[in-house]
This record gives sequence, C-alpha cells and structure tokens, in this order.
Amino acid sequence: MKYMLLIYSGSADAPDPCTVEDWVAFDKAVAEAGILVSGHSLADLTTATTVHVAETGERAVTDGPFAESREVLGGYYVIDVPDLDVAVEWAARCPGARGNGAMEVRPVAEF
Amino acid sequence: MDERAAGTRSSVEAVFREEHGRLLAALVHRFGDLDLAEDVASEAIEAALLHWPVDGVPSRPGAWLLTTARRRAVDRLRRDQAYAARLALIAAEAERADAAAPVSDDDGLPDERLRLFFTCAHPALPAADRGALTLRYLAGLTTPEVARAYLVPTATMAQRLVRAKRKISEARIPFRVPEPAELPGRLPGVLQAVYSIFTEGYAASSGPRLQRLDLAEEAIRLARILRGLLPTQREVAGLLGLMLLVHARWDARIGADGELVLLDAQDRTRWDRDMINEGRSLVLVALTGGTPGPYGVQAAIAALHDEAADEASTDWPQVVALYDVLLALTPSPVVALNRAVAVAMRDGPEAGLALLDELAGEAQLRGYHPYPAARAGLLHRLGRHAEAAAAYREALDLAGTEPEREHLRGRLAAVDPTDG
Repeated sequence: MKYMLLIYSGSADAPDPCTVEDWVAFDKAVAEAGILVSGHSLADLTTATTVHVAETGERAVTDGPFAESREVLGGYYVIDVPDLDVAVEWAARCPGARGNGAMEVRPVAEF
Repeated sequence: MDERAAGTRSSVEAVFREEHGRLLAALVHRFGDLDLAEDVASEAIEAALLHWPVDGVPSRPGAWLLTTARRRAVDRLRRDQAYAARLALIAAEAERADAAAPVSDDDGLPDERLRLFFTCAHPALPAADRGALTLRYLAGLTTPEVARAYLVPTATMAQRLVRAKRKISEARIPFRVPEPAELPGRLPGVLQAVYSIFTEGYAASSGPRLQRLDLAEEAIRLARILRGLLPTQREVAGLLGLMLLVHARWDARIGADGELVLLDAQDRTRWDRDMINEGRSLVLVALTGGTPGPYGVQAAIAALHDEAADEASTDWPQVVALYDVLLALTPSPVVALNRAVAVAMRDGPEAGLALLDELAGEAQLRGYHPYPAARAGLLHRLGRHAEAAAAYREALDLAGTEPEREHLRGRLAAVDPTDG
C-alpha cells in the first residue's frame, strides 16, 4: 500500500530544529528499507505560482500558494509499506515531524 | 414457536452475544475485511438460529459458527471479481494463520479479539468513535443499540460506524496487536475506549435508567475480556477494579424519588460488597510491582471510599496522597480539582477553597459544572451563603443532566430559601 507522507512546517520562518545530517540520514534509511517510491523537497514558498482555469477558459496565473496558511508544505515522500502503522512509524522517524513541523499521512488512492 | 423452542432461541441468542466478538475477530483476522466479516458473521448466526433449535446445539458451537461464516465468505469472494486477486492472497495468509492461531477453550474459536480491540481504539480513528466501535464489534451490540447508548439516532450512528470502517479499510489500519515496545503507547487508547463507555453510562441523563446501567455493565464485561487477554498488564486490572469499585455504589446513587445521591449521603449498606471485594483484589494487582498507572491509582482512591464506614472516617490523608500521585502521572486541572476537594476533607474547607481558587483561570475548567459546584459546597460549609448561592447558580447554568440539576437546586434552596 502506498502512502504519501506530506511534510509540513508550522511556519515559514520558524527555525528548523533538524540538521542537514538528520535529513540525509532519514533519506538513506528510507532508501535502504526498499520502501521509497518517490520523494522531493520543495523550493521556498515564495517561488510558488498558482494557476486556475475558469469555465470560460480564461487562465489566471497568480503569485503565491493556493491556500494561504501558516502551515507550509515543504516536501513529501511516497512510500510503499504494508499498513498505516508502518507508515506512521516512518512518518514519526522523519525529521519533518519534529519542532513546529508535522507529517500528514495520506494513503494513495487505488483504482 | 412453543415454549421450549423459545427458550432454546433465547439461550442461543445469549451465546451469540458472547460469541459475536470472538467470531468477528477471527473472521477479520482471516479475511482482513471488517465489512465482509460482519456480513458473514451475522449470516452464520442467522443460520444457527434456524438450525440449532431443530438440530440441537453443536458440541463446538464456536467452530460451527466459524466454519459456516468462513464458507459464506469464500463463496462471496469467489462470486466477486474484484476480490478474486485478494482471495489468493488471503488463502496464503490463512494457511499461515491456521498454523499459529491460538485456540482457547474447546469451543473451537480462536481468540483474536485483542487485535480487534487495538483496531477499534486505533489513534488514527476519531476519539469519539472508538467507544462506539468497541461496543459494536467487541461487545456485540447492534448498531441501534450502540446508537441508543450514545443517545443519537440510529442513522447517525450507522454513518459514524461506516465512516470509521471506511477509514480502517482505505487507510489500511491493521488488525494487529502492537509489539511489547509499542504497548505503553497504545494500551491507554484501548483502556480509554472502554472507560469512555463506562462514563457514558453514568454521564447521560436522558433515557431509561436501566439502559444506562447496561452500558456501565458492558464496559465492565469488556474490561473482563481484556483482562483475560492481557493478564500481565496491571493497568487493565486497574481499569476493571476502578469500574467495579465505582459501580458497586450504583444502587445507592439514586434516592427513593429517583434523585441523585452523592457519596457523602449514600446509604452504604446498599453498596455491592462482592463487587467491592473483587475491585479491592484488583487494586492490589494494579499497585504491586513498579510504578502504578493512572487507572490503578484511581481504583485505589475508589477503594478507600468503598472501605470507609462513612465520609468522616474515610482515610482522607491517603486519598490526598493518591491524588498527588495521580496528578504527577496525569497532570490536569480536573485531577487538581478532585485533589482540592480531598484536601478540604483533610484540612478543612478553607484550605480546599484556597486550592480551588488557584484553579480559577484554567481553561479546561471553564464550563465544567463540578468546579463551581465544588466551590459552592465549600463556601456553604464556611457559612458564606451569598457566595455559595452564586456558585450554585453558576453550576446550575452549566449542569447538563437532570438529576444533577435537581441536586444543585436542592443545595441552592438550602443556602438561599428565597430562590426557586
């Protein structure tokens, strides 16, 4: 079963309690466990662009994220593990779960 | 149906109440699907209701039910194309499960209920639904019965259960017993689900009294099952002990006119001595060896009340000491409130009132009627009648249940005869 682990930070300017080494170690652990489907870290929120196409076909391109909120999506992993407990276990090990951050665990829909 | 057949039927139904959780858990473990397990379990029970009164109850009723349900499930999976691939997987898993299945009694039903307890109380499910799921799937109550227990319409409860089941299935919440290392994190959730059923039985005001009594007894029954499944977990003993020691006073809690009678005014000869004795022996289990948990400590406090001949001779210093332990284990303004009331009994109302006033700013106590009610009681004892009346009125504005409101009105009338 595939789960997306969405990495949220509590606020854009909150200090990150985790070091680069923490992230490198987590990345390595996920890769070595053989569960990694994909994963990326996203560039700064100031680089986000929102696109909407109205019913008329008119395209609106605006600066910034779709929803203004304190929480910022900073990256994600998609992992393939047997069940939610294992997914939660990996989410808890991710440095993004600490400090002001939190992980959202979402099953990938199967059709 | 003649009388004998009717008797068989009701005894058969009583068996099912007990067997339902076990049957369901075994099927969920086998097929990994709560919906399917629920359907075929009730089909098997219907088949039994049809056959047993005629053919007699089989020597191993549990095995009969499981075999019947399993056949139906396999039939269903064969018919359903979407399940075809899954069936192969399940068959492989079933082989493995059969080898390792813990068979208890000679009833022929493996006991997989502990898995189901942990699934129903999984932290990824809404806290409000965990008690309902536990009642439905482990206590074997029907959905309308669970709805009545929580005083919501059947359709509402059905919807909540469906939503929870969908999350279990779609997010793949597993049916598994956590590893020993995970238990300290996960067991409190299971205990809380059972305890929430118990407190629900006491909290709600409306509905016939018997029905609510049933709910507290269902929680006790569930805790007994859990105690059998986890005999070495002292907090399970603590929870069962706590519920027995509180429930022993059930009868004395209601006065002749259906009014609420608080601990200090209860006729203690009406307390259930057998329940108290069983609860006390569980307190010993809960408090022996290592740091006690919050249920064990609360059970010990309940035992001190149950052992006392009256309020005055209660061992209040010991009660306060146990609240100190509880406060350290689970710091909360509600525990601090209870501790303050015990301090008032030990050192006098002034000392208790000072502690209560320190809690005045606590957000958790805002809108919590026992807080102004406790203040009112102490002010009353200090002869500060006007302030006591104001605090009773504040509590009355907040109290939800009719017996509680009735009780507060009575107290208010005692300090302010012009009122009401």
